[in-house]
Amino acid sequence: MRQRVWAAVVFGLVLAVVASRAAVLVTGAGATFPYPIYSKWFDEFHKRFSDLQINYQSIGSGGGIRQVLDGTIDFGATDGPMTDEQLASAKIPILHLPTVLGAVVPTFNLPGIERLRFTPEALAAIFLGKVTKWDDPAIAEANPGVKLPSQALVPVHRSDGSGTTYIFTDYLSKVSPEWQKTVGRNTSVNWPVGLGGKGNEGVAGLVKQTPNSIGYVELIYALQNKLPYGDVRNRAGKFVQASLDSVTAAAAGAENIPDDFRVSITDAPAATAYPIASFTWLLVPTRIADADKGAALKKFLEWMLSDGQSLAPPLNYAPLPPALVTRERQALSKITVGG
Amino acid sequence: MTPTAGSYRRRRFVERVMFTLAGIATASSIGILIFLLGYIAVHGVTALSLDFFTNLPAPVGEPGGGMANAIVGSAKILLVAALVGIPVGFVGGIYLAEYGRSGLAFWVRYAADVLNGVPSIVIGITVYALIVRPFGHFSTLAGGFALGLMMIPVALRSTEEFLRLVPSSLREASLALGAPTWVTIMRVVVPAGIRGIVTGLLLALARVAGETAPLLFTALNNRFWSPGWRAPTASLPVMIFTYAIAPYDDWHRQAWAGGLVLLTLVLGANILARLLMHGGRARGGA
Amino acid sequence: MEALGAIGVRREAKLPVRPRRVGDFLLRTGSLGLALSVLAITATIATVLFVQSRQARVAFGWPFLWTSVWDPVALRFGALPFIYGTVMTTFLALAIAVPVGLGAAICLAELLPLRIADGLTFLIELLVAVPSVVYGLVGVFVLVPAMRGLETTIQGALGFIPLFSGPIYGVGLLTASVLLAVMVVPFIIAVSREVLLAVPETQREAALALGATRWEMVRHVVLPYARAGILGSIFLALARALGETMAVTMVIGNRPEVSASLFAPAYTMAAVLANEFTEATDDVYLSALVEVALVLFAITVVVNGIARLLIGRVPRPGAANT
Repeated sequence: MRQRVWAAVVFGLVLAVVASRAAVLVTGAGATFPYPIYSKWFDEFHKRFSDLQINYQSIGSGGGIRQVLDGTIDFGATDGPMTDEQLASAKIPILHLPTVLGAVVPTFNLPGIERLRFTPEALAAIFLGKVTKWDDPAIAEANPGVKLPSQALVPVHRSDGSGTTYIFTDYLSKVSPEWQKTVGRNTSVNWPVGLGGKGNEGVAGLVKQTPNSIGYVELIYALQNKLPYGDVRNRAGKFVQASLDSVTAAAAGAENIPDDFRVSITDAPAATAYPIASFTWLLVPTRIADADKGAALKKFLEWMLSDGQSLAPPLNYAPLPPALVTRERQALSKITVGG
Repeated sequence: MTPTAGSYRRRRFVERVMFTLAGIATASSIGILIFLLGYIAVHGVTALSLDFFTNLPAPVGEPGGGMANAIVGSAKILLVAALVGIPVGFVGGIYLAEYGRSGLAFWVRYAADVLNGVPSIVIGITVYALIVRPFGHFSTLAGGFALGLMMIPVALRSTEEFLRLVPSSLREASLALGAPTWVTIMRVVVPAGIRGIVTGLLLALARVAGETAPLLFTALNNRFWSPGWRAPTASLPVMIFTYAIAPYDDWHRQAWAGGLVLLTLVLGANILARLLMHGGRARGGA
Repeated sequence: MEALGAIGVRREAKLPVRPRRVGDFLLRTGSLGLALSVLAITATIATVLFVQSRQARVAFGWPFLWTSVWDPVALRFGALPFIYGTVMTTFLALAIAVPVGLGAAICLAELLPLRIADGLTFLIELLVAVPSVVYGLVGVFVLVPAMRGLETTIQGALGFIPLFSGPIYGVGLLTASVLLAVMVVPFIIAVSREVLLAVPETQREAALALGATRWEMVRHVVLPYARAGILGSIFLALARALGETMAVTMVIGNRPEVSASLFAPAYTMAAVLANEFTEATDDVYLSALVEVALVLFAITVVVNGIARLLIGRVPRPGAANT
């Protein structure tokens, strides 16, 4: 067995030397929220243009913001837009470029129960630690006919700096004045209760392994791991399940997306809108010194806005509204490469 | 002085109880080892495949990925680590053994002890602040450098120890024959102690091979082959960690396979090192 | 004497002097330089930690060490939860590992025939080499479910005690402590065994000659004689446990909170660094994390220093990879 390892090592070293001559390697890191679609994109892009490699590491939106500010990666990714102070502190101005739309769903582990409905008040109360048992009226009221166990709730949240957290807390801040006052919205907050998991992957993993738990993850993570997730009541009063349509409806309702593309679409007003939806952004410096890397990145961004968008629906991410795509294409010209 | 039957029997009883407990402790310790190795072996072997050794990681949720780049990445990182850790540890150890009788040597030994005790994550943070941030990228070099720093104390101490074990008669004979000090050290003393020194270096390397935390901040990770030495790279421990905390069964399988490979390499190096050392001494034993 | 001296002088006069001096000079300064670099490296680490934590030290002062808050939004930080988690997991781990380790060391040093004991010790020392992430792997998939079951049972019987109260997750303080105990037991066994073997036979024989049972000999003669070394091994294990990162963060629950219950999730200094360091987006946040690293560094320096004092000569890598 060890000989196979050595053979693989030698083979790999040779390959690495050979491969390293040809390819341009661009490194990005950040949000775990869009990681499934990003990893698909970068894979397909590499198949299309075999000399261009984009290495994306999902370390959390907080990591994406920090590392792009530090200049240790070529681009970042986040679902929690950078604040004005953060943008001001950047050595090179940074562009937010929306890529897809996704949904944050409340996923749970209750043996025998597949569908649940959550009111905004219930979600806030659960993560504030006010509701501690599954059969609490706050949850039971919205779910008549469902036999909820009298077990203690195990909330699960992110232990790392997360855009998914930003989206979720942004929503909770809008629907719960108490949440807004005591916890607030950020990529990393002071959670009143709950276990911490690393990345969307970690939260999904913890929920999967811990009975009676409830966490929040991007929709695809719940789907790919066959975890049940709840419907959430939106501003119009209807219980909506996260889906391509309901997420797209949330974006359609967003008036006046500003020029820097930073906008929040949680708690959207439309009747069919899913209330915990959001854009996710790539963070790209406006000046990229390395000509090869800059060209590769720009090529990817163009590809992403055209061919890439069609790869999103199969993974349950909603593609960008066409008007937004046009505006974004124009924004790409702000990125200068080389020199 | 005949003990009365009663109290003697009680004392023997206590003895039997205590020694049984000691035996249970020993059995549990061995039991843990066997369980650990067995569990990993069973889960790892079923996940091993040619794919694992030759493929790159697949996109999230798609099967058929492998850890080929992680294995190569770890090899490259360890190469850099060895280049950093061995010269400093080996040559520094020569100084301590052959020249160091004084206060300075004491401080060097103390500093090495401190360095040895520094948690690996703190070393990762330091290298991030000193190398990754100023130079603007994560890299194999930074990762190897961090691991090399961790190798230094072990290499230093083992070199010093084994050089000290060389009998002074050898040194004196060489000097008496007119050899300069440096020739005595390099051509006589070091070769005499080389077996133990190599053992120590091998153990140092094996120890850092399994380190994950410092690599998180220095080498990051890479979906592809890492070109050259100044790009982020995948490594076995980081991949195992990433896959283990994720929810995908396919990733879990790969994590077990990776764990088995890593464990085999590390234990293999350890066993090799100990065999080398015990083989050299005239003593009996394992 | 004179003749020898004369011979010496004549030989010296014959052989060229310059190359010898150059070689000596090169080796001496070269090795000195590299040895000094070790000092430089350690000093650099301490300096970097000290300097980069300045912002947090100025902002929070000494209360940083005993305040229990970790709020990245309001930018208020206090490291008590991590210090608590680190201290508790280490203390519990040792509480489990020391009796087991010492017991096994006694068995291997006093009871078993040398060849068998050597072989078993060899195997146990292999456990020292298992990487942390591998322990974490087994911890996540084997220990956590097992602990969940165990904790439920304990809570069923003893749930009225605050130590065993609260919701049961599987991950948590106790689980991390058990895993740490498994990781440090081989250390204690290996080093303690060496120390016990070093006790002179005459001591043992004297006790036996006075009519002691073998256990009494061990308890009243051998152990006290070896006390310093055993304590040293415990401190070495302590130092290793303090720095453990990966295995702990995979099973501790990652919750910065001080709780009375052993079943509650917790956080250690090393674990929070691993999770949050690359992402701290505010300078104060980052500085607070570096201050946590500084505290951890300081604690390990002290613990290692004490271990050194107790053990004197730290065992060579062949015996226990320290």
